[in-house]
Amino acid sequence: MRALLLPVLALTPALAKAPAPPRLLSQTGLYAAPGVVAARNLAYAPQYPLWTDGAAKARWIHLPAAIDGREEAGWVFPVGTKAWKEFAFGGRKVETRLLWKTGPRTWVFASYAWNEAQTDAVLVPEGGLADAAEVAPGLRHGIPSRTDCRDCHGQERVEVLGFTALQLSPDRDPGALHGEPLRPGLITLKDLVARRLLRGARPDLLTRPPRIEADPATRTALGYLQANCATCHRADRPIPGLDLDLRPQAALRTALAPGSFPVPGQPESRILSPGHPERSALLHRLASRNPVSQMPPLGTVRVDRAAVDHLRRWIADLPPVPSH
Amino acid sequence: MTLNRSFPLAALGLLLGASLAQAAAPAQPKLIRRGAYLVSIAGCHDCHTPLKMGPKGPEPDMTRMLSGHPDSLKMPPAPKLPEGPWGWAGSLTMTAFTGPWGVSYSANLTPDKETGLGSWTEAQFLQMVRTRRHLGQGRPILPPMPVQNLQLVSEPDLKAIFAYLQSIPAVHNRVPVPIEPAATPIPMH
Repeated sequence: MRALLLPVLALTPALAKAPAPPRLLSQTGLYAAPGVVAARNLAYAPQYPLWTDGAAKARWIHLPAAIDGREEAGWVFPVGTKAWKEFAFGGRKVETRLLWKTGPRTWVFASYAWNEAQTDAVLVPEGGLADAAEVAPGLRHGIPSRTDCRDCHGQERVEVLGFTALQLSPDRDPGALHGEPLRPGLITLKDLVARRLLRGARPDLLTRPPRIEADPATRTALGYLQANCATCHRADRPIPGLDLDLRPQAALRTALAPGSFPVPGQPESRILSPGHPERSALLHRLASRNPVSQMPPLGTVRVDRAAVDHLRRWIADLPPVPSH
Repeated sequence: MTLNRSFPLAALGLLLGASLAQAAAPAQPKLIRRGAYLVSIAGCHDCHTPLKMGPKGPEPDMTRMLSGHPDSLKMPPAPKLPEGPWGWAGSLTMTAFTGPWGVSYSANLTPDKETGLGSWTEAQFLQMVRTRRHLGQGRPILPPMPVQNLQLVSEPDLKAIFAYLQSIPAVHNRVPVPIEPAATPIPMH
């Protein structure tokens, strides 16, 4: 009888239940000993990092088998994959996030808040933790809720956003904002292939690695938009009524499309207005931390001045779009 | 014995039933009736159906049912309110509001594809409620929308509300985007 029922249940994704995350970070498999990351967990640094109010970040991934890399923009991770990201402000670890693939379509999302002694971190409630650390006078870093995690990483098809072909490309953008140079010990596409941790990728992946093809300023701008905006603004996960795709191959086409998009006090404003940063809603949103207008809408309380400055210059230098 | 034998079959029946129910989406009169009932008692019309002046005073303009703030009604700059205890104000249509959060307008809930919920999926509607975010992933949904009440609604009832909203006449009405409060300083570091 049980034998009859179990296959039925197994075939029903809605009933698949992910296990609960461990209570302590030290129980997740990140460390071999206190403070010592286990050798099986590979350190990496995406070339275009997400802005998190200037946090210092460290990242590791455990891959129990090879990634299915047939779709370059949508790697499929093996069951058992775990990815950790540690956030530190002012030299103190504040939180570590865990993404854990527990089944073909199930992922566990968890955040751990570091204790005062910096010896371990404790699982944060599902709703997050609003006040985890001060990142600037009067501004507090909040640990996102699990709903917030899914907002960026995806609802059904979950992505490890910093671990993609473009992000690990050895052809790194030297101008990437807040980018870390590759240093020994950080895994690259070449390492993944050599360790047989990536299968099905195109044969010339290493000789022609992913790269945003554009002039240096545009390359950097589009890379920044990819990491900070395109996790939500993308055509394959459309936002109703907003035809905006900020992935590198579509960003200019969709952001330059006709139609107004409001910037206070700028009647001629659009999403991106070449030559006119002041009329560009994209820049206005990026430079705002008013909840009504700020972008990204979560995960940051400080404006990224370096990004605002770069994008302002880039928009000012963009050639005008011919009108028809 | 009978119970034991019937349990797996019942489970199978439930699972198949659920699959069939998902497949039969378009005509769901019972679900739509339930949604209409919920929308009426939850007060959705209060802000999402604009008021017009009738012979006995303000009344809902049902030709614009649930279509939000009329785009034809261009609002002048919001009045400057005194330093408390008055804290917010609304338009005569009950569709535009000003307060410490800025200026907000009630949304178009009709199934118009360009300006309403016509291009939304049920999953996006549920996500909007779950996250309390505009379009399910943007800015917070603004006052006076009592989205916290909507979060207490069961998922079947939310699905009924969505089914009803998808069944009503579409009204093409592009609601203005909210205006942020001018006085709020933008942190620059």
